[in-house]
Amino acid sequence: MRIDRHKKKILACVAVLAALPAVGLAAGGEAHVEKANNDIHNQASLQRGAKNFVNYCLACHSAKYVRYNRMAADIGLTEKQLTENLLWSGESPHSTMTNGLHADDGKQWFGVAPPDLSLIARSKGTDYVYTFLKSFYADPAKGNGVNNLSLPGTAMPHVLWELQGTQEAVWEGHTDAQGNVQKHFKEFKLASPGKLTPEEYDAFVRDTVNFLEYIGEPVQARRQALGYWVIAFLVFFTLLAYALKKEYWKDVK
Amino acid sequence: MSSSNAADKAATKSGDGKLSGLTTWIDERFPLTALWKSQVAEYYAPKNMNFWYYFGSLALVVLVIQILSGLFLTMNYKPSSADAFGSVEYIMRDVEWGWLIRYIHSTGASAFFIVVYLHMFRALLYGSYQKPRELLWIFGMLIYFALMAEGFFGYLLPWGNMSYWGAQVIVSLFGAIPVVGDSLTEWIRGDFYISDVTLNRFFALHVVAIPFALVFLVIAHLMALHEVGSNNPDGVEIKKVKGPDGIPLDGIAFHPYYTVKDMVGLGVFLILFALVIFFAPTMGGYFLENANFDPANSLQTPPHIAPVWYFTPFYAILRAVPSKPLGAALMGIAVVLFVFLPWLDRGKVKSIRYRGPLFKFFLYSFAISFVALGYLGLQAPTPAYTMAARVFTVIYFAFFLLMPWYSSIDKTKPVPTRVTYHAH
Repeated sequence: MRIDRHKKKILACVAVLAALPAVGLAAGGEAHVEKANNDIHNQASLQRGAKNFVNYCLACHSAKYVRYNRMAADIGLTEKQLTENLLWSGESPHSTMTNGLHADDGKQWFGVAPPDLSLIARSKGTDYVYTFLKSFYADPAKGNGVNNLSLPGTAMPHVLWELQGTQEAVWEGHTDAQGNVQKHFKEFKLASPGKLTPEEYDAFVRDTVNFLEYIGEPVQARRQALGYWVIAFLVFFTLLAYALKKEYWKDVK
Repeated sequence: MSSSNAADKAATKSGDGKLSGLTTWIDERFPLTALWKSQVAEYYAPKNMNFWYYFGSLALVVLVIQILSGLFLTMNYKPSSADAFGSVEYIMRDVEWGWLIRYIHSTGASAFFIVVYLHMFRALLYGSYQKPRELLWIFGMLIYFALMAEGFFGYLLPWGNMSYWGAQVIVSLFGAIPVVGDSLTEWIRGDFYISDVTLNRFFALHVVAIPFALVFLVIAHLMALHEVGSNNPDGVEIKKVKGPDGIPLDGIAFHPYYTVKDMVGLGVFLILFALVIFFAPTMGGYFLENANFDPANSLQTPPHIAPVWYFTPFYAILRAVPSKPLGAALMGIAVVLFVFLPWLDRGKVKSIRYRGPLFKFFLYSFAISFVALGYLGLQAPTPAYTMAARVFTVIYFAFFLLMPWYSSIDKTKPVPTRVTYHAH
């Protein structure tokens, strides 16, 4: 029985995967992507993002390659602030951002285990994640009542609905040469408002995505800062080498 | 005898001090000074070598960079399907300066191919593969093949999803070989699919076998080069015109002239290299592909599988052919054809400077096709792209296969006896 159910699930996944390119084409080809415009040098935004992540994401999604105390130091939090605000269930500041959700349970509950988010901003891009978190819309055909324009058929419920409210997708259609009706996404309409205004929700998502970009590559800011010094040294070295070359090659007639 | 020896020793002691004494001690046991003189200080290279001649020494530098950065990566990397992906992230986050070493190595891989492609194009421009440099060219091509193998094996090691599916696609190409294909792919993988076993052996090949072969081939390449002497942008054999001291009139000592000149090239190269490492380590997904930040997943293919950019010209040829066995065969031939250049080229001159319009036309069309195929190989195929890839594939092969014809009937210009050089 169990095995059969699993087989069916796998088959369903394969079918969805196979259909994905077709879905993309049917939706009009051009993907709906908004710019995240986040800034990893903005520590206040990173701190808000860390709070959002711990409050809303971490229950299901781990960030297992991220160490709490290194993260805190990077985004400008003291160990005390870290312990009081981000470590709720007695984790050590030295531990990594894991959660209690067992992968098998995740699979049972959602159909697919919630992926680890350490590198999501690097594999999918910040704009994608930003757009994804803003693209949930009410869809009664779905088990949990929502669908997502960026990832149609996603297993993820709209965790942030309380903040964003419920939005509906507005479609427009036209009949193609074969007589089939083609549906195009037009815009989202806020059906019932949430706790945040649309602007506040955008900022909330932007901070969260900013934090995701930071954890994707914690060294990014330091890497760039160091880069200027390295380049400066190499330019100096090259000028010196050029002067030396000039001096030697004077003899070559 | 003994008296002259004693006199030598006395001269050494009074003259240059302890270091020179040490040199003498070594020289009596190992040809240190003789090697230094014959290979560097008294190796005479043409004085007219231009921009295109930086890439040989740069390739050597990148080889050293890769071996050293690779060594330090090996200290923290774990070649197992369970730990590989995590260990790379551990290197990126928890190992002191691990991120820098990893980016140096991943950028170095692409830099190696950029430098080697430019080095090879130089040989095409100036006929450096022609007699008497055929063996030098063949050693070079073997280095290129070893480098491709090194890049391929190394790309699996991060165990990202693109690593996994890229390896899956490339290994499956061997399945196109009739009769033995399937058993061959199984033998390469050591399993029925890309697995822990495959990762382990690719690791062994990447860090031991291929680097060994590379270093050996590089030494052979340099020995052959120093035996026949360097070619130059005029394609003139400088050894034909020697001064009374037996030194080619157009030759200058490699050291100090080319060591200081290569230092400038090295500086410019390192600036570009550092710009990538510190400001664009993924190069917009071309040096490190986005899908490779997802761990290997045998149940989920990335939306679009493409090899890393340095393989894409050949990948585009593979995809341009409707039949898989034929495509795989053409792809293999496209790579191997370079080896036969010394015998395909019937031209009487070496350098592009004295070649006729036919050779120039075919060479530049080939260069454009190579770049275009590289671009097409990165894109998802569309009917228009596939058609373009077919056209460029035909041009690619025409360059080699028609060479005996167009290089022999081409109108060449007279070659001077001395190199062209304007002192600056």
